[in-house]
Amino acid sequence: MIELKYLSKTFQMKDGAVKALQNINLTIPDGAIYGIIGMSGAGKSTLVRCINLLERPTGGSVVIDGVAMETLSPASLRKRRREITMIFQQFNLLMQRTCLKNVCFPMELAGVKKAEAEKRAMELLEMVGLPDKANAYPAQLSGGQKQRIAIARALATNPKVLLCDEATSALDPNTTHSILTLIKDINRKLGITVVVITHQMSVVEEICDSVAILDGGVVVEQGSVQEIFANPKTAAAKRLVAPNGGSAARDLSCFAPDDHVVRVTFNGSSTAKPLVASLAAEKGILVSVLSADTRDLSGQCYGSMLLKLPAELAVAQQAMEYMRSQSGVTVEEVTGI
Amino acid sequence: MNIADYGFAIWETFYVTVLSTAFALVLGLPLGVLLVAGDKDGILPLPGWLMHLINIVINILRSVPFLILMICVFPLTRAIVGTTVGTKATIVPLVVAAFPFVARLVETSLRELDEGVVEAAQSMGATPFQIITKVMIPECLPGLISSMTTALTTILGYSAMSGVIGGGGLGKIALSYGYYRYQTNIMIVCVVLLVLMVQAFQSVGTLWATKSDKRLRK
Repeated sequence: MIELKYLSKTFQMKDGAVKALQNINLTIPDGAIYGIIGMSGAGKSTLVRCINLLERPTGGSVVIDGVAMETLSPASLRKRRREITMIFQQFNLLMQRTCLKNVCFPMELAGVKKAEAEKRAMELLEMVGLPDKANAYPAQLSGGQKQRIAIARALATNPKVLLCDEATSALDPNTTHSILTLIKDINRKLGITVVVITHQMSVVEEICDSVAILDGGVVVEQGSVQEIFANPKTAAAKRLVAPNGGSAARDLSCFAPDDHVVRVTFNGSSTAKPLVASLAAEKGILVSVLSADTRDLSGQCYGSMLLKLPAELAVAQQAMEYMRSQSGVTVEEVTGI
Repeated sequence: MNIADYGFAIWETFYVTVLSTAFALVLGLPLGVLLVAGDKDGILPLPGWLMHLINIVINILRSVPFLILMICVFPLTRAIVGTTVGTKATIVPLVVAAFPFVARLVETSLRELDEGVVEAAQSMGATPFQIITKVMIPECLPGLISSMTTALTTILGYSAMSGVIGGGGLGKIALSYGYYRYQTNIMIVCVVLLVLMVQAFQSVGTLWATKSDKRLRK
C-alpha cells in the first residue's frame, strides 16, 4: 500500500519558491491501477518522482508498505527502488545495449548472475511479446516496441509497484491501447500495483480503477473512475472529463420555444439496454438525438445526451416518464415542457 | 637522412603520442567524469567551491602555452623519468598539457547524455559508481572515442614541438634539419609525414566511433 501523507514539494528557484505539490494525501491500495491525472504543470511528474524519491519531498511522508521512504539510508533506498520500478514517456532505454541487455540491466545492478539474468530476461521479452528482438538495439524498434522493452526491464526485479510516467503520451492511439492492455494484463497476472500518470482522460478511462485529479499542485478530487466521470465536481475535473465543455452542453438558443428538448444524464446505467431504441420499440415514441457525449466504463454508461421529444405535450411527458423509470438515468427539461 | 631515420622518427612520434594520450586519458577521464557527476544537479554533487577550484585549475593548465609548460614541469619530469631531455622525458609535459584538455573533452561528451537515462538507472537503484561505469561511459562511448581521436591528433601536434627540449621524432628532425640547417625539403617531408599520421589516426578513430554507435540503424 502506498500512502502519501501531507506530501509537499517546493522548488527553490532564482525568482522565488515554486510550490509544485501541496499537502497531497493519497492512499493507493495494493493491486490497484491508480490514475493521477492533470494538465501539464499540475505537478504529476513531480508527484510520481516523490513516490520513489527521485525527487525528495520537502514536507510530509511517502509510506510504502509501512516504511517511510524518506527515512531510508541511501543504500536501503536503492534496494527498495528495485521493488518500485518506473517506465517513462521517452522510454529511457540504454541505446548502446541490445534489448536483452537492457532487460538484464536492473538485474546486473542487483548482482544477479549473468546466465540467470539472461534466462529471466528472455522470459520477460516473451511476456511483452518481443522475444525476437532480444539481439536488436533500441534504435531499431518502434515507440511501442521500445515501451514494451522498458516494461520488461521494469519487471525484471519482481517489483511490487510499477510507476508509469506518461508512458503512452509519445505513442499513437493504437499503440497506446496495446501498451495499456499489456499493463492491465501485468496488473492482473502479477498483482503489481500500478500508478499511472497521464494528462489523457482516455488512459484513465481505459485502465484505472481509481483516480486523483491534480491541479496546481493540489489534489482537487479523488475517487473511483466512475464517480469522477459521472459527477465531476471541480472545474479541473470537468475540464478533463469534458474538455470542450461537453458536446451535450451546446447552445440552446437555437431551439424554438415550443420544442421539447431534454438533457438525459446517464449515471452508471447499463449499456446493455439501448434507451432511445427501447423508447421507440416499447412506447412507439420517436425522439431525435441532438447531441450525445457518453462513455462506456466497464459496461456502465456515463455522460449525457440532448434529445428532442415529439411536439405533442402528452407524448413528450410520457417519454420523459419512461426514461425516468430507467435506473441510472436522470432527465432534465431544457426547454418547452 | 635516410628512410630508416624517418622510420625511427615516425615510431618515436607514434609511441610518444599514443603513450601520452593513454596517460592523459587515465587522468582526464576520471576528472571529466567528476566535472559532470560533481555538478550540483549531478549524480554525486560535490561542494560548489571544490568544483570551482577544479575548474580554475583546469583552465589555468589549459591556458599556459605548451612550450612554457614543458619548462615549468622540468622538476616533475626529473622526478618521474630521471632526466629532462630525450624522447621519454617529453611524455611528462605532454601528459600535463593534455589531461585537462581530455577532461574537458570527456565532460562535453558526457553532457550529451540524456538525463532521462540516468534517472531511469537511479529509479532501478543504481549506485553513482554503477551509473558512471554502466550508463554514462558505455552510453557515451562513441562520443568518447571521437574525443580521444581529437586528443590524439592534438597531442601529435604538441609532440612535434617537443624537439625543442631534446625530444625525438618527426618534430625534432623538422626542427634540427629543416629549420636550423635550412634543409627545407626535409622539413617538408616531416610535415607531410605528420599530416599523414593525423589523417590515419583520424580515419581509424572516426571509423571506430561510427562502428561502435548502436544508435545508427544499419
